[in-house]
Amino acid sequence: MKKLLAAFLLSVAPAVALASGGGAHLDSANVNLSDKDSLKRGAKLFADYCFGCHSLKYARYERVGTDLGMSPDDVKRDLMVAGGKIGDLMTNAMGAADGEKYFGTVVPDLTLVARLRGEDWVYTYLRSFYVDEKRPLGVNNVVFPDVGMPHVLADLQGVQKAVFTDEKDKDGNPHKVFQKFELVTPGKLSPQDYDAAVRDLTAYLAYMAEPVRVERVALGIKVLLFLAVFFVVAYLLKKEYWKDVH
Amino acid sequence: MATEETTPTTGLLGWIDQRFPLTKVWNEHLAQYYAPKNFNFWYFFGSLAMLVLVMQILTGVWLAMNYKPSAQDAFASVEYIMRDVDWGWLIRYLHSTGASAFFIVVYLHMFRGLMYGSYRKPRELLWIIGMLIYVAMMATAFFGYLLPWGQMSYWGAQVIVNLFASIPFGIGEPLSTWVRGDYVISDATLNRFFAFHFLFPFILAALVFVHIVALHKVGSNNPDGIEIKKGPKGNRWSPTAPADGIPFHPYYSVKDIAGVVVFMALFLAVVFFAPDFGGYFLEKPNFEPANPLKTPEHIAPVWYFTPFYAMLRAVPSFAGTQFWGVLVMGAALVILFFLPWLDRSSVKSIRYKGPVFKAAIAIFVISFVVLGYLGTQPATPIATLLAQIFTALYFLFFLLMPVYSKLDKTKPVPERVTP
Repeated sequence: MKKLLAAFLLSVAPAVALASGGGAHLDSANVNLSDKDSLKRGAKLFADYCFGCHSLKYARYERVGTDLGMSPDDVKRDLMVAGGKIGDLMTNAMGAADGEKYFGTVVPDLTLVARLRGEDWVYTYLRSFYVDEKRPLGVNNVVFPDVGMPHVLADLQGVQKAVFTDEKDKDGNPHKVFQKFELVTPGKLSPQDYDAAVRDLTAYLAYMAEPVRVERVALGIKVLLFLAVFFVVAYLLKKEYWKDVH
Repeated sequence: MATEETTPTTGLLGWIDQRFPLTKVWNEHLAQYYAPKNFNFWYFFGSLAMLVLVMQILTGVWLAMNYKPSAQDAFASVEYIMRDVDWGWLIRYLHSTGASAFFIVVYLHMFRGLMYGSYRKPRELLWIIGMLIYVAMMATAFFGYLLPWGQMSYWGAQVIVNLFASIPFGIGEPLSTWVRGDYVISDATLNRFFAFHFLFPFILAALVFVHIVALHKVGSNNPDGIEIKKGPKGNRWSPTAPADGIPFHPYYSVKDIAGVVVFMALFLAVVFFAPDFGGYFLEKPNFEPANPLKTPEHIAPVWYFTPFYAMLRAVPSFAGTQFWGVLVMGAALVILFFLPWLDRSSVKSIRYKGPVFKAAIAIFVISFVVLGYLGTQPATPIATLLAQIFTALYFLFFLLMPVYSKLDKTKPVPERVTP
């Protein structure tokens, strides 16, 4: 009977492991959403480098300011580079047709990208651009092959090239396997500082995808503590009632 | 189950009782409903299923206050609920986690019935009503899954509605168009699915009411599979009640409260700490709005449908139609309705059944679990072969039951329930 129980429980609570969507190895983003300074730095980076093309159209400036501990003036100065009112959704002027015209594809909204692709993906992707003369914008990406966007953070990271080795897959077809990056031209930031900046940006996008995440976990702990106490009371009540049932 | 209480009520309750049988209903279904005293762990899931249904209806109504069932606004309105509506995120996670929790408790409730023979005479109709609840639940979940209007919502619905299109004789195509209200899943489909998703919980609630009426007519089964009504009479509360019965209230009401607390702890741990449940409860592609022009790499239904989806894919197309897979999937559900007449064992409970039945039920559970896993995975040749084998085992469990349940050795059933 125990085995049956175990087998059935396995059926209803499937292993919480999903096969990764194939492709490149992803580095761990290791973000800390409680670190508001990190989130603020990420928000500023996003406003300065990403927001021109990528909207955050399901979020509002005011909420972001409140959550990140920014005053309305801070929000206006650092985040509202496109103007508007503080209660507005974080949209920009890039329409679907503009994206098609400039990049050959619709520029995606990034409000939920950290939940769609995962934080590790975002963190690795932003560090994986390399020089590729075959691409129209001169860069490619190991995590997102033939990506349509330029390496916007190149002035911070610098320019890197990718080293591939030629290998054969199990059917004997030759294919390239990514080995490592080599920095060709240094950027404004050292590699360590660039990784830290990308971690801030990833943290901001992780916050953006689910603004309530920190609050949710904090509330969950309180709720479970309450239920633990409630269980003791409920169990003693049951025991008291059942003591005459034999 | 006549009410022994003859003392007339007075005051406000008396006024009501002369106009509505409040005390009578309370007694017949709670205070003087005698349930076997030997219920075990498995008997929590019926009341838990009712709890989850109520929770789904309440959270669903509150979600509907801010949700917009239009292709243009649906996805954004869900994010509006998650971000701008007070406690909207909690209501939404309770609802999305509740859908999975509903299937978990109902699968465990059905498994309990399977183990202890709760579908056997005189409870055949009780089982059939339960199966109708299960089918209505599946329909509700299917309609609801389209509403967030994410990529997986859209393409999942596309795949399922296309099943209708495989029906031959020129019926399929017009039927699927009629279901969608369009040639593709569109705003019209979303509107009608929202209407049905709102309607079906009321059908569910009505079926649950009928399920309980049927249960209280025949009385509850128990882990020994013994009819306590046929045993000796007389307990502390009534000389005519079954000796092995105890009043549902307060005994099982207080016991169920403890069970509810444990369930809520597990359930809320998911809601607060892992609402996505690793992509099983909220699938990653659903964080991208529906795009009719971009088919996702891998379309899989939510986990509670995957055993049936695996069966659908396991059947190869034959004579130029995929319809056989649809038939097999439908048959997998229909065959469950016939369970009361397939089991020919002389005993009800697995406690007194022989090794063959125990092995059969183990194979059945393994088949269901493996099919559920395969349904989440892309269809490779080896996965398809496995799905075919386990689909066959799933059906053999039922089709051979009249034979092995009759031949199997049984143990003697005691006169009275055992603790």
